[in-house]
Amino acid sequence: MLTVDDLHVTYGGAVQALRGISLQVPDGEVVAVLGSNGAGKTTLLRAISGTLRLQSGRIESGSVRFDGNDLRARDPAQSVRMGLVQVPEGRRIFGRLTVEENLRAGGMGSRDKAAKARAQDRVYDLFPVLRERSSQRGALLSGGEQQMLAIGRALMASPKLLLLDEPSLGLAPRIIGQIGEVIAEINRQGTSVLLVEQNATMALGVADLAYVLDVGEVSLSGKARELAQTDEVQRLYLGHDGEGSGDGAPRTRAASGRKLSRWTP
Amino acid sequence: MTQFLSLLLNGISLGAIYALIALGFVVIFKASEVVSFTQGSLLLLGAYCIARLSDPLGFYLAAAVGIAITALAAFVIERLIINRLRGAPVISLAIVTIGVDIILLTELVRRIGSDILNVPHPWGGGSVRIGDVGISENRLIAIIVAGLLIALFFLAFKFSSWGVAMRASAEDGETAALMGIRLGRVSALAWVVAGILTGVAALFLVGSPTPGVSPTAYSVALRAFPAAILGGLDSTGGALVGGLLIGMAESFAAGYQDDLLFLGRGFGDVVPYIVMIAVLLVRPSGLFGTRELTRV
Repeated sequence: MLTVDDLHVTYGGAVQALRGISLQVPDGEVVAVLGSNGAGKTTLLRAISGTLRLQSGRIESGSVRFDGNDLRARDPAQSVRMGLVQVPEGRRIFGRLTVEENLRAGGMGSRDKAAKARAQDRVYDLFPVLRERSSQRGALLSGGEQQMLAIGRALMASPKLLLLDEPSLGLAPRIIGQIGEVIAEINRQGTSVLLVEQNATMALGVADLAYVLDVGEVSLSGKARELAQTDEVQRLYLGHDGEGSGDGAPRTRAASGRKLSRWTP
Repeated sequence: MTQFLSLLLNGISLGAIYALIALGFVVIFKASEVVSFTQGSLLLLGAYCIARLSDPLGFYLAAAVGIAITALAAFVIERLIINRLRGAPVISLAIVTIGVDIILLTELVRRIGSDILNVPHPWGGGSVRIGDVGISENRLIAIIVAGLLIALFFLAFKFSSWGVAMRASAEDGETAALMGIRLGRVSALAWVVAGILTGVAALFLVGSPTPGVSPTAYSVALRAFPAAILGGLDSTGGALVGGLLIGMAESFAAGYQDDLLFLGRGFGDVVPYIVMIAVLLVRPSGLFGTRELTRV
């Protein structure tokens, strides 16, 4: 169980990215975090995975605990060993390494060879296309395949909690649907998931619980299904037709100018 | 023709030694994003230790200890200085390594003084003839050992976990860290590997036909730098090709200098730099380098 309590994060000692966020990811559940650009979603994941320091960010106050262990003083390698693995935004696969080497890199955090072999079988079962392409360079995969590789690479560390940062970014709707199914399957196999997304349709479809972030604060939270029915989420994240679609949504957002809009905190 | 083949063989042997040093440059650059100018003094340190320890320890043990000391020195530099400056601009790091290099070099030059220390290679100063072509035994052994070591390096780089971790963190350090790869450890190991390669290069460089350990050995490491640059600073294969190219160019320029008298004597010493400039004018990122070296 991951518990974030009243978390404040600043970058460079000046920019406040998170202003007192609290959330929980219970074991075995999928929790979605929604929010527009700049809401603090990625910062939240960095604070959990221990990579804030690489971006000169700092936890000012509050706590992040995983299974009772304080995560604030840990480096990413320790977090991985505890079972917390992040799939970074934009996939960030190693393009010059082969698919198989990417997976090997994903398993570097642990020394348990048997566990890694099991994890690799599991990844190839989840994503048969990766097995077919195991000796190809990562850069040659399509966007969807790269996202699958990024998720597979994280699964190599046999995580208890998988942190996903916008897995739908830049992918076609059909592929996004597949990613959603994969997340549900990974969860069925016993891994908790914290899913950070802008694509609310997909995220609320697979999540049990959801939080909406707005300029560094939690503005809404609750069961994913109930949240999807609320006016604000409908209007801001699902658009009129239930799909976060094209040009219509931003215009509505700008025109509404209400408390959840991006420009007026 | 005989002269040509002889110069070619000598060029390859010199090039193999340059390639060892250049590989060190490249490995350090890939793992730590540092253009390390410490290789010159590390080379001299290795040579000095091997020469001084040969008397009490015997040649083979002295060689092993000398190479180990070079690797240890590289490790200490990484831990004490480079690792603490992680994230500093590339230029500052390069200047820092120049500073370290000068400190180490000054101390070594003081210790060596005006002596020329000899390394008593068991294979001595003799030479072998292959057909009509002659080469010093030392250089022949250098080709064989460097060849084996370079092959071992490339195998490890391609297949070992260290190699995968190293290439992953060179490509995207932050993501590699997310996978649980410890960047500090990868970097430290790269310096150790570079130290070993440099130590082995030192072992052969101070034997025949070079006259023992003297501060001039330092300038040899500097010539490995153009080798790394012209191969492409982030390409291990480039370091090998660059090293051989520089070695052969130097050997030919020195061998045919009577025909090149209009350029003056001692032209061989500057040839590496001329080759480097010529290559970079055509291919600014080296023969095999990645075009864009800065990370976003």
